[in-house]
Amino acid sequence: MLHIVNKSPYDRNSLDTAVSYKVDGDIFLLIEDGVYAAMKGGAAASKLDGCSVSVLGADIAARGIAEDKLIDGVSVIDYAGFVDLVEANEKVQSWL
Amino acid sequence: MSEIKKFMYVNRRAPYGTIYAWESLEVVLIGAAFEQDVSMAFIDDGVYQLTKGQDTTGLEMKNFSPTYSALGDYEVTKIYIEKESLEERGLTLEDLQHLTWEDEDEDWAEKDSIKLVSRAEMAQVFADQDVFFNF
Repeated sequence: MLHIVNKSPYDRNSLDTAVSYKVDGDIFLLIEDGVYAAMKGGAAASKLDGCSVSVLGADIAARGIAEDKLIDGVSVIDYAGFVDLVEANEKVQSWL
Repeated sequence: MSEIKKFMYVNRRAPYGTIYAWESLEVVLIGAAFEQDVSMAFIDDGVYQLTKGQDTTGLEMKNFSPTYSALGDYEVTKIYIEKESLEERGLTLEDLQHLTWEDEDEDWAEKDSIKLVSRAEMAQVFADQDVFFNF
């Protein structure tokens, strides 16, 4: 399952909820304001412990987040990578 | 469309502050006409959608809560409520509408639509679906 989160973890509980349904093999893709969760030093970063995480490069760039400001192990992907993730995962949930 | 897919509608918003709950219900009822295998999950603030005693006269908004009791007639008979979400809000199943359906294979016996599940069980319910609609 691919979980897509597009809300800031400091504004909404979408990420908390998505992570609470994680089962083995699940992947988390952070887009739009969801990318703030993957910033090093943020209180929300620990929510992603043990998760496989990707972020959309265009969204971090737009927000002035350099890749070295991201927590370790996060994959930065482009729109084609987004499509690949959706294709590779049989199921997708977009947590609004 | 011959293949029957398992559709899961995930509801996690309270009913009147935003349009999500009402829109979800409308999509579920439309989707039910396509003879898919439909389930609904109520998690987070979504559990507030099913509370008894809603009265919107002061808001001049449609009270759509009675519509949930029609879901059984549309063969939407699997309604999963998350136990943790209820408990966090000080609610129990007693605070929610009692939703039922009639089983034509058993002489129209009335059966409960609501299934109370833990968060861990809900993760497994999700894993068993084909398509998600999140509201």
